[in-house]
Amino acid sequence: MNGGLSSLRSEAAGAMRTVLVSAESLQLTLKPELTQEEQALTQSGRKAKEAHTAGNEDLKEMLESNKESLKLEAMKRIVQLISKGKKSSDLFPAVVKNVASKNIELKKLVYVYLVRYAEEQQDLALLSISTFQRALKDPNQFIRASALRVLSSIRVPIIVPIMMLAIKEAASDLSPYVRKTSAHAIQKLYSLDADQKEHLIEVIEKLLKDKSTLVAGSVVMAFEEVCPDRIDLIHKNYRKLCNLLVDVEEWGQVVIINMLTRYARTQFTSPWKEDAVFDDNEKAFYDSDSEEKQGQKEAKPYIMDPDHRLLLRNTKPLLQSRNTAVVMAVAQLYWHLAPKHEVSIVTKSLVRLLRSHREVQYVVLENIATMSIQRKGMFEPYMKSFYVRSTDATHIKTLKLEILTNLANEANISTILREFQTYVKSQDKAFAAATIQAIGRCATNISEVTDTCLNGLVLLLSNRDETVVAESVVVIKKLLQTQPTQHSDIIKHMAKLFDNITVPMARASILWLMGEYCERVPKIAPDVLRKMAKSFTSEEDIVKLQTVNLAAKLYLTNSKQTKLLTQYILNLGKYDQNYDIRDRTRFIRQLIVPNEKSGTLNKYARRILLASKPAPVLESAFKDRDRFQLGTLSHSLNVKAAGYQELSDWPAVAPDPSVRNVEVIEPVREWAPSVGKAKQPKSDDKFYSDDEEKEEEGSGSGSEDSSSSSSGSSSSSEESGSESEEESSEESGKTSSDSGKSSSGSEASSSESEPEQKKKKRTKKATQRKSKQSAADSDSDENGSGPVGKTSSSSAESSSESDSEEDSDVDSPPPPSPPQKKTVAKTKPKVEVKTKKEVSLLDLDDFSPAPPSAPKSSVFSSSLLSDLEGLSLSNVSSAMQVTTPSFGPVKTYELLHHMTGKGFSAKYHFPRQPCLYQPSMVAVQVILTNSSDHSLEEIHIGDRSPASLNIHCFNTVERLEPGASVTVSMGIDFSDSTQAANFQLCTKEDQFSVSIQPAVGELLMPSTMTEPDFCNEQKKLMGMNETSASITMATANTSKQNISKQVLSVANVGVVSSGQNDLQRFAGRTVSSGALVLVTLELREASTALLTINTEKSVMASMLLRDLKQALSQS
Amino acid sequence: MIHSLFLINASGDIFLEKHWKSVVSRSVCDYFFEAQERATEPENVPPVIPTPHHYLISVLRHRIYFVAVIQSEVPPLFVIEFLHRVVDTFQDYFGVCTEAAIKDNVVVVYELLEEMLDNGFPLATESNILKELIKPPTILRTMVNTITGSTNVGEQLPTGQLSVVPWRRTGVKYTNNEAYFDVVEEIDAIIDKSGSTITAEIQGVIDACVKLTGMPDLTLSFMNPRLLDDVSFHPCVRFKRWEAERILSFIPPDGNFRLLSYHVSSQNLVAIPVYVKHNITFREGSSQGRFDLTLGPKQTMGKAVESVLVSSQLPRGVLNANLNPSQGTYTFDPVTKLLTWDVGKINPQKLPSLKGTMNLQAGASKPDENPTINIQFKIQQMAISGLKVNRLDMYGEKYKPFKGIKYMTKAGKFQVRT
Repeated sequence: MNGGLSSLRSEAAGAMRTVLVSAESLQLTLKPELTQEEQALTQSGRKAKEAHTAGNEDLKEMLESNKESLKLEAMKRIVQLISKGKKSSDLFPAVVKNVASKNIELKKLVYVYLVRYAEEQQDLALLSISTFQRALKDPNQFIRASALRVLSSIRVPIIVPIMMLAIKEAASDLSPYVRKTSAHAIQKLYSLDADQKEHLIEVIEKLLKDKSTLVAGSVVMAFEEVCPDRIDLIHKNYRKLCNLLVDVEEWGQVVIINMLTRYARTQFTSPWKEDAVFDDNEKAFYDSDSEEKQGQKEAKPYIMDPDHRLLLRNTKPLLQSRNTAVVMAVAQLYWHLAPKHEVSIVTKSLVRLLRSHREVQYVVLENIATMSIQRKGMFEPYMKSFYVRSTDATHIKTLKLEILTNLANEANISTILREFQTYVKSQDKAFAAATIQAIGRCATNISEVTDTCLNGLVLLLSNRDETVVAESVVVIKKLLQTQPTQHSDIIKHMAKLFDNITVPMARASILWLMGEYCERVPKIAPDVLRKMAKSFTSEEDIVKLQTVNLAAKLYLTNSKQTKLLTQYILNLGKYDQNYDIRDRTRFIRQLIVPNEKSGTLNKYARRILLASKPAPVLESAFKDRDRFQLGTLSHSLNVKAAGYQELSDWPAVAPDPSVRNVEVIEPVREWAPSVGKAKQPKSDDKFYSDDEEKEEEGSGSGSEDSSSSSSGSSSSSEESGSESEEESSEESGKTSSDSGKSSSGSEASSSESEPEQKKKKRTKKATQRKSKQSAADSDSDENGSGPVGKTSSSSAESSSESDSEEDSDVDSPPPPSPPQKKTVAKTKPKVEVKTKKEVSLLDLDDFSPAPPSAPKSSVFSSSLLSDLEGLSLSNVSSAMQVTTPSFGPVKTYELLHHMTGKGFSAKYHFPRQPCLYQPSMVAVQVILTNSSDHSLEEIHIGDRSPASLNIHCFNTVERLEPGASVTVSMGIDFSDSTQAANFQLCTKEDQFSVSIQPAVGELLMPSTMTEPDFCNEQKKLMGMNETSASITMATANTSKQNISKQVLSVANVGVVSSGQNDLQRFAGRTVSSGALVLVTLELREASTALLTINTEKSVMASMLLRDLKQALSQS
Repeated sequence: MIHSLFLINASGDIFLEKHWKSVVSRSVCDYFFEAQERATEPENVPPVIPTPHHYLISVLRHRIYFVAVIQSEVPPLFVIEFLHRVVDTFQDYFGVCTEAAIKDNVVVVYELLEEMLDNGFPLATESNILKELIKPPTILRTMVNTITGSTNVGEQLPTGQLSVVPWRRTGVKYTNNEAYFDVVEEIDAIIDKSGSTITAEIQGVIDACVKLTGMPDLTLSFMNPRLLDDVSFHPCVRFKRWEAERILSFIPPDGNFRLLSYHVSSQNLVAIPVYVKHNITFREGSSQGRFDLTLGPKQTMGKAVESVLVSSQLPRGVLNANLNPSQGTYTFDPVTKLLTWDVGKINPQKLPSLKGTMNLQAGASKPDENPTINIQFKIQQMAISGLKVNRLDMYGEKYKPFKGIKYMTKAGKFQVRT
């Protein structure tokens, strides 16, 4: 690179020298002195001349004056000349000298002139180069940028090396604005000298890595222009482009989206194949219970590449853009990339565009027309939006008609036909004719209405307007052909009308019909032929041809009556001026009139002429347009435009997705947080495998802290607990009564509390005190006291057991745990791996996945520790113990690792209490921690998938200082399935895709029951609803307390007090549907037990059974 | 992308040309003129026209064709959207976008076009940035400029282009801080012969005029955000916040801008505020036709229907019309056959009507179709969908702004088939 640059530099220097030499030689000639008189002359005579060269002479003088205002006036007039396309290139030398003027406007106008004429006056243009070169070094970024802009716009081949050098230097400029300009310059240089391609690709590659949103659009544009086939350059930048997309300026968005569409089609596998099975129930397979279905139907389920999903997710918000081009770009992206059932989300936005300007409507309608052929369902609900108004332009009317025809089906055809009836009467006859065609298409596509349409068309035959009648005849002909049943009345009717119809195509159609069905109208056909024989010479060619045809057919079927007529017509045809007609006549004569030469063909004449013909297929004109990418110029013209990039087919096997992984080692990174630099994201994977050893170490070191904090916090827990219980019960009452109201209510409250929050943000304690008062938000923060608080409070509640438990929890870091974890990892997705992580302090390991010997991690954890302590001291929630009789350690899962989150990390746990927002939601608490070096703003939840996912988001966290952490609570409606809830955690600058996957036990709520009730319910849930297994329990678990502790750790159920010693019962309900889940554990001899689960939700039962079995047998 | 731009007036003269790459000869417009000739109406010129070496993409606004010359594949909407943005900018700068205004300000136009595109790719299209670069010409400024010789090109550099909020100028100052929001809803409807609604929908916009000092951060919330079925935002609106809370949170651009356009969900029944009783008949054989039209208010929630304007394209056979309006004035253009009736305000006590006869061409047959009637009207202080702004709050600045919200309902494409 360096070598390349230096050679380039010497090249540039060479070019510069030539430039200077020629400039000097020219400058000598360019200094005519201005006399005083001449100046006066110019001023006085300024207005007289405009167009003449004399006028230009005068402008020249003005330009050479010393007065700025005169020069400016001259330049303004020159610009006027340019705008009118008048020639003013003779002024070039005079203008160029002002290139270094101090006056900004003058300078800008000179630039305008220079760029316009430089190509014609190449030598003179070189005069200005040195000025720009100087400006390229200016400390002000805008001056650098504008110099590069003009320099690159001067289309003079000799300065290519100078431009190249300037571009290369600008590409590494500190200002993103200059870098953007360099991206634009790349295209200009490429169009000037395509040989520079290789060098330019290098620059593009470099700029693609740029993280600024300003640059992204322009460099992708350059990429599209210079090297659209170098898809490999995109790999590493793919995710970045997806994430930046929302913030890129609108024009750049269009270009990036189009490029990414092409990219995605080469890199991901088709999401469509499997859909074919599901297409009937459009509900899609991300819905709750489809998991099992999918498993049954398909051997190998399609899993969308996360990068593919990322693209779809990040483009979706852009459907709301005010820029119609952006909306269209997203729509085509979804059309070409999204699974079939997701495409329909673009419908609404496309229909919205129809409100825009006429030209926009036109293009959008074209695209909708293509889409509606393949996917009627998408636009059917919006059918009325395509109704034609009398004020629409004709091409818009025709397109709407096209779409309405495409949308027609059995259900809506009557409405559409009624609408068409109005259109047929339109004063715009071209449109009326198009409507008749459309009716014909509807009639062939939907057999139910064929007869109605036919009758309607026949009625139109008596219309006064000729074009309407002609069009009807043509369409009727086609329809009759598709329906060769008894339609002789219609043919007779048309024969009657024949004299009044003058449009050749219509006459020809009627003649053809006569001939084709001459046996059905044996009396009329010869008569028509007779009339035609009379007027043959004055007919149009197409009518003559059909007359010959008719004659031939009649000759074959009814030669007695028509023999002479036929011969007469054939004779007329023989001497016709048109050779097609002469040819046809000769051919027909040979074919039908037997003579010695004609031979075998003669015998088959009848079969040839009167063969039954296949019916024409009435197709949409947009049928074949889908070969082009939607939204493109080529699609609009239905012709491949210059520079059109073909959209490739999906690859059968996806190329290696790891090419898109980005290593973080990047020297030129301005905004990357220092933490992110230190470690590589790969440590993520390592982290899981290293888990076991670390856990032991972590728990050992953390144990003292946990006990100390718990003792401190437990005292306050009692009072606050009772408060929050009241609040929460009130709140939940409200929500259950009217969920709609509650959400709007919370909006209001949040908007009010916001300013307050903002002020207090800095002092965390204050915030929390505050938030206690505001109803909806309060719980989130109270419970948010962090995992430390939680355990301590739970232990305080479960009075007698607490001590022993804590000991068992902390002191004996469980030796059997590693094997257990492995099995879990095998059977469940990766989030589950973390399930077994113990409470509170062990979490610190999450923050420092590096081995404990690393100095950095220890610093981290200690700072965090103090943070957590602070939190736990200030307020402790105990809502949980009161509302839920269950206990058991709360497990914390990682939501966003600080590596992936650029220093922003999040963990979550299930507080196991009824969700306040909606009873069907599972409450989730998320601890957001900022371990980066800058404060994060506007932390909130972004897009979620599946889109139907019902999440109650936490209120936007306005600001999170470095090192601080905050706990927020949210509610997720998992609808009783363990499908992960995917959503985006967004900060002001970034978005991180995260997912929460609940263990099955977290989808339950404890339910209090007496023993008899339990037995009653259990009896109702026998047979199919019962799942049982016999298990062997670990020896440590045989005590009753330990068993219930294990069960409660796995599932959020309530203990049913039992009189029998060998029976333990637990009861719960699923959160979403409220189905009962009853767990019975019957102890047998030798530490075996029979575990029975009764519930309607058999899938849940088997999952729960598996989890319980593991917990009981292995801990 | 965009190679060149030609501006063509209604009589087919190219009165301005601008090239961003190599110069494209004017003769390329001949293909455009050809297409124009083929089209019967000015609106019927196809927006995309292929020529052997170039593609012409045009928009028609204010009776001026803006014809962009393209050389290779580009999304047509990209160009169309940009051209409309150009027109909007001209309108913003000169108040009107007419041939005369463009010719008078040709230097400013050129400077604007130069800034808006670089090598055919849009560079700065935000009105606020452009105004920092090039000051809009006002009478005062032109006078000052001629006297002092100063220019209308901004002296300071366009820092807005670099900021996180490119749509807002820096250092805005006002003595009166005010923020006005207009909620304007339009009813698009087709009413059939018998008076039943075939299709009706409501589209709305919120236009804002914000003159606030500094960097205010506004939030606007609605009483009933659920009404909004489909929305599109000015880039300043924080989308995530809307998704989560249905609150519009934004740092506004300075001056006039369109904050939001929306579509009201089609499930809601649309209240049609006017009804039309009509009786337009042509009899076979007679050269006379009857015309009888009465308007009345309906479901207006007590608000007056104002600025009512009825227009109708009468059949070609109609020679002239002899009508008698009970209020307002009517005109009939015998060339275009366009009947317009400026009704004014509808008085519910005395319904306005237009009655009389039409004379048909002698011997001409009875027209097939009765004319459709287009109606325009305005209803002040009401958003027909029932949308209500709940509150507007400002953060980030200390002063108390003056806030105002206005509602209005208008007829969009409101047609009555007869």
